Amino acid sequence: MNIHEYQAKQIFRDYGVTVPEGVAAFDVDEAVAGAEELGGSLWVVKAQIHAGGRGKAGGVKLAKSIDEVREHADDILGKTLVTHQTGPDGQLVRRLYVEQGVDIDRELYLGLVIDRATDGVVLMASTEGGVEIETVAEETPEKILKVAIDPLTGLADFQARQIAFGLGLEGKSVFRAVKFMKALYQAFVDTDASTAEINPLVVTTDGELIALDAKMNFDANALYRHPSIEELRDEGEEDPAELEAKEHGLSYVNLDGNIGCMVNGAGLAMGTMDIIKHYGGEPANFLDVGGGADAQTVTEAFKLITADERVKVIFVNIFGGIMRCDVIAEGVVAAVKEVGLEVPLVVRLAGTNVDEGKKILEESTLDIVSADSMADGARKAIDLLEG
Amino acid sequence: MSVLVDESTKLIVQGITGSTGSFHTKQMIEYGTNVVGGVTPGKGGQTVEGVPVFNTVREAVEETGCNATVIYVPPPFAADAIMEAAEAGIELIVTITEGVPVQDMITVNRYLQDKDVTTIGPNCPGVITPGACKIGIMPGHIHKPGRVGVVSRSGTLTYEAVGQLTALGIGQSTCIGIGGDPINGMNFIDSLELFENDPDTDAVVMIGEIGGTAEEEAAAWVAENMTKPVAGFIAGRTAPPGKRMGHAGAIISGGTGTAEEKIKAMEAAGIAVALSPADIGETLQKALND
Repeated sequence: MNIHEYQAKQIFRDYGVTVPEGVAAFDVDEAVAGAEELGGSLWVVKAQIHAGGRGKAGGVKLAKSIDEVREHADDILGKTLVTHQTGPDGQLVRRLYVEQGVDIDRELYLGLVIDRATDGVVLMASTEGGVEIETVAEETPEKILKVAIDPLTGLADFQARQIAFGLGLEGKSVFRAVKFMKALYQAFVDTDASTAEINPLVVTTDGELIALDAKMNFDANALYRHPSIEELRDEGEEDPAELEAKEHGLSYVNLDGNIGCMVNGAGLAMGTMDIIKHYGGEPANFLDVGGGADAQTVTEAFKLITADERVKVIFVNIFGGIMRCDVIAEGVVAAVKEVGLEVPLVVRLAGTNVDEGKKILEESTLDIVSADSMADGARKAIDLLEG
Repeated sequence: MSVLVDESTKLIVQGITGSTGSFHTKQMIEYGTNVVGGVTPGKGGQTVEGVPVFNTVREAVEETGCNATVIYVPPPFAADAIMEAAEAGIELIVTITEGVPVQDMITVNRYLQDKDVTTIGPNCPGVITPGACKIGIMPGHIHKPGRVGVVSRSGTLTYEAVGQLTALGIGQSTCIGIGGDPINGMNFIDSLELFENDPDTDAVVMIGEIGGTAEEEAAAWVAENMTKPVAGFIAGRTAPPGKRMGHAGAIISGGTGTAEEKIKAMEAAGIAVALSPADIGETLQKALND
């Protein structure tokens, strides 16, 4: 789960990770009042969306007067930002963050990630602040410093010092950096984060370290033990269909095509998208109804697919394991009766109770195209599309 | 012969009194798995499907001599269940539970570091040696005893591949579902090494998906060490970056973990990669005959 920069910075503040003073705003007047409250002579007005690349898209602007704060807030709020992470449709800016300006001496990068190779959390740092870490990894991998953290001891002082010296920090900044990194690690572990990224981490002209940006993601599996993090969820930033799916225990991702898919299991659901594409079609979605789906879940899944106006044909691909084909078939029949069916429906059933499942579909008198295999189903769906 | 599990495997079920645990206990017993007991703290003394329930894994080990466990407990308790089983000396721990927090698995793997134990999962279908022993939730009837090893990050996609193999008359030695989470137990390399050293496995099917670099690492290992033919498939060629595709580990982040990179690495290692999930069985058959 993603949160906004200003929310991540509040978590940072709670743990003693230094951040600039700032105020979140939902309208222009709030932004102006926030800037006045902060005082000083330099402010930054920042769009709050769940995507990186805001600066380049015009979502982060410096203001040297309160009038400029108003001007920028007015400009950014309600604007749709298109960045490399938003997709071509962009993301509407509904929230702003107004921050005090900072005297920047150097810009660095600092991040914590879950590393599959070392079975743990890795701290990454780079002197190339302000640049996408992926770009640094690709072009100058030697500029990325890494330490693997032992979960039993946490980030050790000497590891943090290694990173600090590696970044070229000197004097008091080294010890400030150690404190900073350890606080960040504690915030990461305590909240079950999956990433925490500060880009840039700035060293001020006074040798202070300040997180100028902040990005945190959280492990969805661990949200049950962090109700306060769950409350930070901004549903406006999430796809409405994906949110709806989540409520019904379905795993759904919106795609660009016109063949709606309903599958059991994540791997097979991805495989179904792949095979549609393999035969020249375009999947409209990823939809995993899960291993324990019942007739009700199937109906909800069906509603989701049919609500998508771009869907011109539906392909249901089920390999019954624990989930029985007859249960799925009953679910499909019930769903069609409840929701109606305006586009062709192709159903492929395999595995447990497949014969009973097929029989239910045949006896239903619904206009369902039966497929013998995954490939057969994908081809039939594409043929129906082309009419 | 086979790997990991066979007729001599004595299994207990952690979380046996829950609805999932008791349902699959019945299924496993019907398949012929030697289920000797179960564990649910506080429910010791009961019986489920005719097998005794114990309060602790240690007690189950002492009373039954079990050497394997399968875990169906809810996510908040799964990490503790794995550690309890390892501490009690169980050799093979299979965790079916989906939704275990990543940091719990980090702690578990650190705890297991110095222990002589094999773990599979979490968020996996389990492991099966057809005709001998089924541990997990896979449909037993689609499998057929034989000489092809299967290792996969997926559940139902593995069933799909196994179904294709069986339809072609190709049986399986052992099928290992390593699970879809980013931090887990056995990986592709561990599984490939077992199959390479198993005299009764002639070839391997390896099914990966987007996210992480486990397939690339496995491909490098295959190129160096594997003498038996390997066929593969990678799910998620059409998955958009930055989106978690069902499995916690199935996400392309920062340009790494794409299907293209994995397929390229696998092909470079001499693995026959099926481009359509419908062709996994045939691709293996062709690799066997070449």
